This record gives sequence, structure tokens and C-alpha cells, in this order.
Amino acid sequence: MAKKIGVFICHCGENIASKVDIEELAKFAETLDNVVVSKTYKYICSEAGAKLIKDTIKEYKLNGVVTASCSPRMHELTFRKIVSDAGLNPFNLEIANIREQVSWIHDDLKIATEKSKKILRGAVAKARLLESLVTPTVKVTPKAMVIGGGIAGIQASLDLAEAGHKVYLVEKSPSIGGRMAQLDKTFPTLDCSGCILTPKMKEVFSNPNIELLTYADVTHVDGNIGNYIVTVKKKARYVKWDKCKGCGDCAVACRLHDKIISEFDMGMGKRSAIYMPFSQAVPPKYTIDKDTCLMLTKGKCGTGPLCVEACPEKCIDFNQKDENVDITVGVIVVATGYDVMDPSAMHELSYARSQDVITSMEMERLINSAGPTDGKIICPSTGEAPKSVTYILCVGSRDQTECSWCCRIGCMSALKQVYLIKEKLGDEVELNICYTDIRSFGKGYEEFYRKIRGMNVNFFRGRPSEVRAGKDKITTDIFDTTTNKLFEITSDLVVLVPALVPRADAAEFSRILRISQSGDGFLLEAHPKLRPMDTFTSGIFIAGSCQGPKDIQDSVAHASGAAARADTILSKKEYETEPFTSVVNEDLCSGCATCISICPYDAITLEKQKDDHSLAKVDETLCMGCGACVVACPSGAMQQKGFNDKQILAMISAFAKGDEK
Amino acid sequence: MTKEFEPNIIAFLCNWCSYAGSDLAGTSRIKYPPNVLSIRVMCSGRVDTSFVLSAFKDGADGVLIAGCHPGDCHYQSGNYKTKRRTLLLKKLLDQLGIDQKRVRFEYISASEGQKYADVVTEFVAELKELGPCRLPEVIE
Repeated sequence: MAKKIGVFICHCGENIASKVDIEELAKFAETLDNVVVSKTYKYICSEAGAKLIKDTIKEYKLNGVVTASCSPRMHELTFRKIVSDAGLNPFNLEIANIREQVSWIHDDLKIATEKSKKILRGAVAKARLLESLVTPTVKVTPKAMVIGGGIAGIQASLDLAEAGHKVYLVEKSPSIGGRMAQLDKTFPTLDCSGCILTPKMKEVFSNPNIELLTYADVTHVDGNIGNYIVTVKKKARYVKWDKCKGCGDCAVACRLHDKIISEFDMGMGKRSAIYMPFSQAVPPKYTIDKDTCLMLTKGKCGTGPLCVEACPEKCIDFNQKDENVDITVGVIVVATGYDVMDPSAMHELSYARSQDVITSMEMERLINSAGPTDGKIICPSTGEAPKSVTYILCVGSRDQTECSWCCRIGCMSALKQVYLIKEKLGDEVELNICYTDIRSFGKGYEEFYRKIRGMNVNFFRGRPSEVRAGKDKITTDIFDTTTNKLFEITSDLVVLVPALVPRADAAEFSRILRISQSGDGFLLEAHPKLRPMDTFTSGIFIAGSCQGPKDIQDSVAHASGAAARADTILSKKEYETEPFTSVVNEDLCSGCATCISICPYDAITLEKQKDDHSLAKVDETLCMGCGACVVACPSGAMQQKGFNDKQILAMISAFAKGDEK
Repeated sequence: MTKEFEPNIIAFLCNWCSYAGSDLAGTSRIKYPPNVLSIRVMCSGRVDTSFVLSAFKDGADGVLIAGCHPGDCHYQSGNYKTKRRTLLLKKLLDQLGIDQKRVRFEYISASEGQKYADVVTEFVAELKELGPCRLPEVIE
């Protein structure tokens, strides 16, 4: 049956209409072969636009639809649904992208209109050859994996578990809790971080729907939406976890007791080689650090390992090995968080040179009553309480030579620490804040900032040019842009508030998961506003600061959002995938098997026929629709639905010849 | 005065990285010449050598193929397949009397709107220097 195509041109408000002559484009559309009608509308994605399309499909008995509008990456699903509601197979749709690729690029009306005509001609050329397609479905494994056990991962896991799904929570360190577990109080409410976090950690531990895999890494991901097969490496802990009661006798006995730098305490405290990162750790069990333990690095520990003697439950096992397990899940939520930039390379700030120049995360451990100093704020070089403290904000942030972005938490966390220092050390302590702008954008943040402004705190607007560590005082040079004066601030302690950066392994990790990074290195969302928890890989979602710096409130909201998005897949028994799979023309297939070697998904097999002749066969549920086999096939027997040779060649011809109807 | 030659470029862009990158150029309002018309394919690995030859046969002056960065391919290895094929194709083009520079393979990620615009701008300038391809006339 000859194609009867309708063309629908969208003004997109002013977005397209201000740069493209819509009426001229509509007239042009009607000159193209097979186009029986063309209509324009302010917003064709709107309810009224949808009605216009549906009514026109019925009135003209259309069997092909072309929209000239925004990118198919924006509204392809919207338009498919409209077409399908009108009783037409949804794949009889082609989109001419005249917004992202025309009106937002070109300012000249004539140029933009001419380019739109060419794009429309190509889209109609393909639309003439479109066929109805059936969407294959895959069975969904009703389980989720959450990667990362910080507050975002915890929130996503709890939400998914509450929705009734089995959740595997994978955390690379020995305990969940993440960055939030390291904090003392949280802004702007000053509630204690541990008090609001540890109940959630316990909930994760006791929830029957959550299987906690701590001290484990995701090393490989196979499969696709509905059925991802994730290889998780459970690192050897050298402690029998089923028996360990978490008494801690081993850590006290360890020959390296209080000799190993504690990562959890940001280097401000010490631990043993056998350790629990912090006392409220979940699960409350011990792990041997294989990089420092004498038995594991040197093969002997004095006259014998003291932890083995000390352990009442006989849990220590130096023969444990790493173990790989494959776990099948329907969806993955990535909540791997962020790293704090190491300011050592910024030599002018003396971070590497002076013990009394510390970062705000290090200060957080000093303020924390469960921290290495039991909450005593000290100058690390003397152990004495500082009489004056200077904060430097935006260290590496909003800085074209380091990180261009705002860390979103620096201002507020510094204001909070200033408040807590005043609370602990009294109002006599001199406090200085060197800031670029104070960004207090969240609910209750501005009010908190005003409160600090009303306190006895000195604010300097500018970026210090140098921090000089003297014999007993540290001098900070700053040009204050509000008074146009150069100041030399002397203080006992300097606190740097460093940039938040993507995890060091973000690039490798995004490859394992086949998701993308944005230009800054954080994980890329499918759409910054409308799909902030989705990735371009169906069934993989992102939560929290792995997508970009976030405070606790935003991380929790993002994580609950990601869990809700994941639930939309897990709550279905079957999931409809894209129909752009490959298909074999049996009359042409010679059974040469070239396609089999090229397929990355083992989706093609060779099937013996009755006459001993073999034919390639595509498993639609495994085929992901890349089309590589189509190119490889020497006899032209393989074609990709929705992207077959004839359709693409028709577009090429329409684009290259330019004068064809 | 004769009108300046405006090359006709066809770009094959993979859905996941490069087409998203080209969209981002638009979303970011980055300007580039209007000489490129894009064809979206799911993977750059779908780009058949015959597509490129057909484009020249039908009158294109240049062909751009863009896919995900190494290791980032949504389909694991489609970008490598096409990269390798493009190298072979360039040799073939020599024999057909088509300048190798008329075919470009680029890695453009979803976040590289600026790179897409830069590639197009540079390619247009290069093709203006080379002049029309004229393969259809040669064939006749």
C-alpha cells in the first residue's frame, strides 16, 4: 500500500518559529511525494497538538507520520504514543530534528528554513519506507543492585526494599555510611549526622529484602535491562564474618595497634591492621587490611599473630581468598559518591607543608565527638586548641585551572563548622572566612548564613594569594574586594574547603557499566531536568553525588527518585525493549556465520535446516540492535529493523541529491 | 563574482554519544555552519562502507562518521569496527580519485557539543578548500 504521510511542524513556541519560516516549510512539505497533508501547531507535543495529529491521521487515513520538531531524543516516545493512540503502529514515525540541529544553531531565517527543508526531505524519504514493528519483551528479574553504601545508596536500597524488591547493596569499604558517617553535625538544622544516619544503616542491615555486600567491588557487568549479570568481587577479609561478634579484642591486641593511618578519620587518627572503620560500622565486624597486616605482607607477625590469640571466636583466617559471584538483577542504581580534591598540588596554600593547614573534612573528624580527638578541636602540630582559625572557601572550586564547578556544600559546611567551633571553643576564638560568594540556596540555608553573619566572625571576600606557614602562626594574604584592601590574616589554624571531584575510578567504572560521564567527569544523566536519575543505558540509574556535587538533602531526594524510577521497571513482569533488532532474510543467507563472530551479544546462532544447509537465526531478546552484523553480512541477508539499508540509502540520496522530491 | 562553494556534508551519528553531542551543541546554542545533515543510527558500527560511497555518488562533498569514545561504545565495540573500516575505506577512496580528507571519523561523546561544532566547522573549511567532489559527473 502506498504511503500516505502527514507532516506535523512544531513552532515549539518561539524556539523554532523565530528562526524557521514554518509556513514556508509546511508548503514545501506538501510538494514532497507521498505527503498528503502538512499541519503546523504551536506545541505539537501538547495535548491539543496530540489531538491535531490523531484527528489528522484518522481524517486522511495516514499510515506514516513525520514530525518536524525537537530532537527524537526528546520526544520520540511522546510522538510514538500519539501515533499509537491513533491506531497506527508507533514505528511509522520519523522525526526531523529542526530545533537542536537547526533553530538553536542558525540565526539566519533563510539559512535555517533551507536547512529545515533538507532535513524534512530526508525524514520523508525514510518515512516512505517505514514498516510496522513489533516490540519484543524481556522478562524482568525483580531484583535491584545498588552500588555504593553512602546516604544515597542507603536511601535507594531502603525505598526499593520497601517497594517489595530484593536489593543487593554493594559497598567497596568494610562499612556502609559513606561520607555522611564522617560528619559531625549537618547544616542548616545542626542535627547530628550519626543520629540520623545510623538508624538507617541499622535498617539496611536488618531488612530481610536487602542483602548487604560490603568490602566488595563490581568488576564486570553483562546483560541488559531486566537481566543484568553483575560480577561482584567479595574481597577477602581474613575474618570469618559469620562468627565475628565485633568485640574488638583483636584490634586492641594487634601489634600495629594505633599505628596505621585511619582513612575514615581522614588521616587525623590511627587504627590497627585489623579494624572496623568506626564504632557504629554496619555490619559491626572486623576486617584485616592486607596492605599493612604483618602476616599478610611479611608472612610473620612477631612470635605469632596476636589477633588470633585474642579472638574469642577463632574468626581469623589468613587463608581466605577473594571470591567472585555473579548476581542477576533487573536494574542497577549507581550511588558511588564523590572524592574530595587533594589540595597538595596547590602549593601556594601550604597544605602539604604545614600540619596546621587542614581540610574541612579533616576538621569534621576533629569536631566529631566520636572522632580521633573525642571532639577536641586542636592544632595538629601542638595538640592545643587554636585561638584563631581561618577558613578558605572554593579551594579548587569555581577555578578554571582546577574544577570549574561549584561544590555546592563548601559555603554551608564552613558556616556550620564556624558555628560549632564557636560553640566548643567559646566566642573568644577569632574566626575568619575567605569566600568568593556565599551560596546559601537551600531551604533554611540563607537564614543560617544570616545567623553566622550576626556572630563575631570576620568575612573577607576574595581568594587568598598565599598561605605562609610561619614558626607559630600561619599568615594568609588576601585582597578583600569589598574594601579594596590587602589583608594579612594571622591564625593558628587554616581550614581549606576543597572541591568535590568525581571518584578517581569514575572513568573505568562508567566503562564497566556502559554509562557516560559528563565533561566534568561526573556520571551523565539522560536529561539534566527531565531525566536526572536516568542514564542513557536503560535500567541503570544514578543517585547522589556521583552525578554531581550534592548536599545530604539533595542526595536523599535524588536517591528516592532513582529508586522510584527503578521501581517502574521492577514492578513489571515484562519490559518492552526497542524493536530495532536484526532479522535474517532466509532466501539470501548462505550460512557463512560471519555475523556470529561480529555480534557482541552472542545473539546469533547457526541453525541446521532439513537439507543440511545452515541459516543464521537472531534471538530477539538478546539482540541489542547495534546493526554491526548487517554491515558484516556479505550477502545482504541481514537487515536491521527501523534502520535497514533501503531506509538509510533513501535518506542519503535525499540529502546528497538535494533536488529530489 | 561566483558564489562561494558550499560543501554538502552527510554525518552519520550514533544515537548514544555523537547524536546526543550534536544535540548538546544546539541546546548550548553553539553556532556552526549549516552544511551538515545528520543521519541518526543506533551505533556507528551500523555505518556501511556502501553508505559512504553512495553519499559521494549522490553528490555529497564530505562524510562525517562519529561514534562514542574508545571504551564507551554502547554496544561494546561498534566504534572500533567502523574506525577500522574507515581506514580501509580511505585507501579505496584514493583509488576512486576521491580525496581521503573527504571522509572523517571522530569520537564525539554526549557531553562534547563544542567538539561536534568544532569538527563541523573545521571540516566545512577543509572541504571549501578541496572544492566540490564531482563524483556524479565523473561517473557520467
